[in-house]
Amino acid sequence: MRANCWMGTRHLEVTEVPEPKILNPRDAIVRITSTAICGSDLHLFNGFIPTMRRGDVLGHEFMGEVVEVGAAVRNLSAGDRVVVPFPIACGQCAQCEREMYSLCENSNPNAWMAEKLWGYSPCGIFGYSHMLGGYAGGQAEYARVPFADTGPLKVPEGLTDDQVLFLSDIFPTGYMAADMCHIQPGDIVAVWGCGPVGQFAIKSAYLLGAERVIAIDRFPYRLDIARQKAGAEVLNYEQVDVLEALEEMTGGRGPDACIDAVGLEGHAPGMMGAYDRIKTIMMLETGRPPALREAIIACRSGGTVSVAGVYGGFIDKFPMGAIVNKSLTLRSGQCHVHRYMKPLLQRIQSGEIDPTFVITHHMPLDQAPEAFDLFANKEDECLKVVLRAH
Amino acid sequence: MTHHGDEHTNAERLAIGLGLFSIGLGLAEALAPGSVARLIGVPSTERTRSTLRGMGAREMATGAAILAQPHRPEWLWARVGGDAIDLALLGGALGSEHTDRRRAAAGTFAVLGAAALDAYCAIELGRATPAFSRGRERVHVEHAVTINKPIGEVYAFWRDVQNFPRFMRHIEAVEATGDRRSRWRATGPAGTRFEWQAEITDDRPDERIAWRSLEGSDVEHDGEVTFSHAPGARGTEVRVRLEYAPPGGAAGRAIARLFGEEPEQQIREDLRRFKQLIETGEIALSDGPGLWRPAQPARRPEDVTKLAGVQR
Repeated sequence: MRANCWMGTRHLEVTEVPEPKILNPRDAIVRITSTAICGSDLHLFNGFIPTMRRGDVLGHEFMGEVVEVGAAVRNLSAGDRVVVPFPIACGQCAQCEREMYSLCENSNPNAWMAEKLWGYSPCGIFGYSHMLGGYAGGQAEYARVPFADTGPLKVPEGLTDDQVLFLSDIFPTGYMAADMCHIQPGDIVAVWGCGPVGQFAIKSAYLLGAERVIAIDRFPYRLDIARQKAGAEVLNYEQVDVLEALEEMTGGRGPDACIDAVGLEGHAPGMMGAYDRIKTIMMLETGRPPALREAIIACRSGGTVSVAGVYGGFIDKFPMGAIVNKSLTLRSGQCHVHRYMKPLLQRIQSGEIDPTFVITHHMPLDQAPEAFDLFANKEDECLKVVLRAH
Repeated sequence: MTHHGDEHTNAERLAIGLGLFSIGLGLAEALAPGSVARLIGVPSTERTRSTLRGMGAREMATGAAILAQPHRPEWLWARVGGDAIDLALLGGALGSEHTDRRRAAAGTFAVLGAAALDAYCAIELGRATPAFSRGRERVHVEHAVTINKPIGEVYAFWRDVQNFPRFMRHIEAVEATGDRRSRWRATGPAGTRFEWQAEITDDRPDERIAWRSLEGSDVEHDGEVTFSHAPGARGTEVRVRLEYAPPGGAAGRAIARLFGEEPEQQIREDLRRFKQLIETGEIALSDGPGLWRPAQPARRPEDVTKLAGVQR
């Protein structure tokens, strides 16, 4: 079968690889119809996530048709159309029972590597390094889905791939970012980053009752989508002083909640940006967190900072003093997708949200490397690429 | 946790002495390079002082490494290499007209003496590693895991020896030969095989199982597992303690590898698979045949079925 393989930093190839097989009784094989490129795939592409090996199949946002199930899978059968959540979760450990699916204790075969870096291991993730399980990803014609009796969501008739594909990751991820803000009536939420997760965080903040949402980015086309499609007020941080503008827009109070939808490859103008670039190049920090720093400083006293962006290792100049002295709540986590899939599917079916608003490009799987270039370089006003695999 | 023997060997004591000497000399070179220069008979110039400061930094670094890991011969070999550099520099100084030849020659002899001692110590340490293959020591390993199942179920799964090959990587087969006795077969590196007989010495349902190997076993060991309720209905805490005495020689090394180069990591992984199997009914598998290979192609089916305990 064809698959998009990581061959080294900024080097991808769509190539022929062996088809996946059922390895465990709770596995299923899915014939992939649609698969997307995630902003977090760019961290792999740019070489920021350790333990990638040449030949690893990328992709963790995918859906398709079940073609084979293992002996222990009773709720799915060949022919079912499913969306697959990106965290692999067993459904039976203590974390899964608490609905903290991305912390599944049983789904990472290489847990020891994650333990060395983080103390304890999170769940395994499709196509996201050996440290997170060494699972082949979904930017391929087929994928093996472990614990298929727990994760995949059957898609009801009448919904297109584009409408439901993002239930695999970015819609729940944006939604959980807003959910963690504990939004109260009258709250103003600020969102750093107008990529796809940022767009869903804006929409979700409104769904959860935010009074106003202010979005921050530097690409005019992304800010336009945030304003026109997601309904945010927008700030271009290359044109205005974000801290001053937020203070002014919130009547001097500051945003009640701040969402970091940027993650470890943040960009900042001037000295701070140069500082983080040099430190990451010298491997003195493993991420550039200007957005997170600014979100913490911008947040009102007693407010919440919610981190949806991906960080892998260590960051520098973390403003702990602001967290302590303003009594901030800092929340984060890889999304517990399983928890949100059904309620969000209902919101799609009821017409409260149409997730297709983020899609700017459809391309065939074979053009995955070109699609990564478009997305990474923000060319052709690229916001979200959906790849057709069949 | 892993414990090896508690006291240091003679070679390790010598290494610690040399490490302390390294740090002392390094401090003198770094803080008072002028005095050291005069002591070894070279003129105290900007250049010699900065060379001595560099040598001091190197001495302190190797000294610190030796003190942190006095059993590792590598750090002593690093000292030997440093001695060679010092000798080369002193040799160069001997040829200079500004050098006090008598003092420089004395310095050279002192470094030669230190180099001989370093090399002797490194060779002695090399004989002794890896630490746990030394015959005289018993290796002690323990680890705990919490399982989200009732205590009775966890105890019963462990008590059934037939389950062990499903989650212990090196165990090939276990056969119950009596109520309390069983015969174990394991594969080691390069196809080596080990067999032993084990006897349960204590069996208290839902509390504790203890066992020991019988005489004539390839691997002499004893161990225990205890079961207790995790607080707040968090399932069952399982604590395993293993102690074994690897014999010397090639067989000992092979047995050491059987238990893992890092026995603590080995028991951690075995218990992780035990937890996976009991909680989910299977063992999570990567798509690649293990670490550091591409995620595709898939693992060989026969390895997978063995590890996952899949019957087909």
